[in-house]
Amino acid sequence: MITFAFYLFALSAITGGLFTVISRNPVHSVLWLILAFLSSAGLFVLLGAEFVAMLLIIVYVGAVMVLFLFVVMMLDVDFAELKAEMAKYLPLGMLVGLVILMQLAMAYGAWDANSGAEARLQAAVPEGMHNTEALGMILYDQYFLLFQLAGLILLVAMVGAILLTLRHRQDIRRQNVLEQIYRDPADAMKLKDVKPGQGL
Amino acid sequence: MEEMLREYLPILVFLAIAIALGLILILAAVVIAVRNPDPEKVSAYECGFNAFDDARMKFDVRFYLVSILFIIFDLEIAFLFPWAVAFKDISMVGFWSMIVFLIVLTVGFAYEWKKGALEWE
Amino acid sequence: MAEFFTTTYLGIGLTIVGQVFLIVIPLLVCLAFLMYADRKVWAAVQMRRGPNVVGIYGLLQSFADFIKYIVKEVVFPAGADRTVFLLAPMITLVLSLIAWAVIPFNEGWILSDINVAILYIFAISSLEVYGVIMGGWASNSKYPFLGSLRSAAQMISYEVSIGLIIIGVIISTGSMNLSDIVRAQDGAYGIFNWYWLPHLPMLFLFFVSALAETNRPPFDLPEAESELVAGYQVEYSSTPFLLFMIGELVAVVLMCALVSLLFFGGWLSPIPWLPDGFLWMFVKMLFVFFMFAMVKAITPRYRYDQLMRLGWKVFLPMSLGWVFFVAFAAKFQWFGGVFARWTVGG
Repeated sequence: MITFAFYLFALSAITGGLFTVISRNPVHSVLWLILAFLSSAGLFVLLGAEFVAMLLIIVYVGAVMVLFLFVVMMLDVDFAELKAEMAKYLPLGMLVGLVILMQLAMAYGAWDANSGAEARLQAAVPEGMHNTEALGMILYDQYFLLFQLAGLILLVAMVGAILLTLRHRQDIRRQNVLEQIYRDPADAMKLKDVKPGQGL
Repeated sequence: MEEMLREYLPILVFLAIAIALGLILILAAVVIAVRNPDPEKVSAYECGFNAFDDARMKFDVRFYLVSILFIIFDLEIAFLFPWAVAFKDISMVGFWSMIVFLIVLTVGFAYEWKKGALEWE
Repeated sequence: MAEFFTTTYLGIGLTIVGQVFLIVIPLLVCLAFLMYADRKVWAAVQMRRGPNVVGIYGLLQSFADFIKYIVKEVVFPAGADRTVFLLAPMITLVLSLIAWAVIPFNEGWILSDINVAILYIFAISSLEVYGVIMGGWASNSKYPFLGSLRSAAQMISYEVSIGLIIIGVIISTGSMNLSDIVRAQDGAYGIFNWYWLPHLPMLFLFFVSALAETNRPPFDLPEAESELVAGYQVEYSSTPFLLFMIGELVAVVLMCALVSLLFFGGWLSPIPWLPDGFLWMFVKMLFVFFMFAMVKAITPRYRYDQLMRLGWKVFLPMSLGWVFFVAFAAKFQWFGGVFARWTVGG
């Protein structure tokens, strides 16, 4: 049963990845990539890493891919031009691909796993504890520095995003909610007693 | 491990059944209902005008900024989940380390606010 | 015979399929009547009569609507991306349905009792934005496109606050399992043991965020008839439109279930000497749905910049501040440990 599920998810992950590359329409590519992410989440569940699986969906599919979709939909991509560009970079791309392929082959052929590693991989969940809880127990004190570093990276990302994309328009009227709330009849209107036939 | 995976099996089955349900409903309309499209019927709705140009246009960069900020806060929440679950057993160091993390991000949030990035114009 | 259903693959499979149908069919039937109830409440507020022709008091109105949807023509707009166009309503429906797999209806009445249940629901609801974006993009029409963009930005803005509110509840419980969250609310004082009391501000925030997340009025900007016609659904007809509608309503009912589980103690009875049970859960969900319907009937629609301001400048700081507050209150046992439910037992 587990083997069947593994092949199901693995196959759909590979299909998703493949169609991400060969789709003509960038929006379709993004959708195929989402399929690839969802299948990898399934693979994580099979490994017993529930938390990582859910995180993969929440962060990558729920947030990052939405941004991707926005970008792809926003860019008015000229496909003919893009194809011409692609031909120019093809040799370089092939080279990078080849290097990665060789590295993978080397890793597969020459790399020897630590004797305890296999067993530890099998036990994704320590005894008597949920996956998430186990992560929580070590992430915040044992890996204190890395965790804080992650926080700082997020801060830098936030500042960077604002610096890069924020443009204020000048000709615009904004709503000041506090001002509206604190407006009262005393300073907003004036009562005049107008005599009939005389005007002000 | 086995028991954990067994809890996930119903989700997979549920997914299959939900997809089947959706397919049946769509197919039902395709099979039962008549189809005679004509150019007027299939033209994009634009309040009675003929469509000017392609609908997929460029839009405000602000949507892009909102989704970047969303990713950052989403990651922050992702870090909070294991902490909240392990809260009762976590050490003092762990507790304060998260408080520092939250303060750092609150500083970022204050910066956003000050810069006016949260304003929608 | 009993062994067949617990040991063999076929037996287990059949059991699961049966359980799934046990959730889906009552859910969809309830949905038909909830849609009717929604319209009746709306009509009553406006002193109209609402649906009252089909069946006694119009009770069968939703079923008549269903048949009508099925016999209508499926129109594909010119220039639409047909696959994505049909995929979008499918995604909306499927996502809102599969979230129900982890909802406990009673002690032990749960389809898949996973440890990360609430994270799973959070993940599913973060995916729901795709139905909207894809529907708007695939239609190749301006109103749907603009509507879907707005709606996507709105959904992701309010998801942040929902996540932070959930964190507060998890800190109080120490588990992401929904059954555990309900059990943690059990106690000697019945209704006063539930999380609505300590987490009262967050109950309101969660309710309003749920409205925004499910695109319900007063946050139904993508469907603001006066500006964007019907938002991302403009070009949809027949059953694809029906799927969108069912998906949205199922998501609304899911939010009702979540509010009752997180803040109103799920299946627990409000009065200590009465027995707990599924009926309480049902009553609570109905109550929350009634609130949803009332909000729809009595509030005017928000403007888009006000909506974003509310999400980012009011809800986000408040829920973030609440996480700080709950963390300190739970760690240092303020208020007799009401925020640290694991210390008082239960």
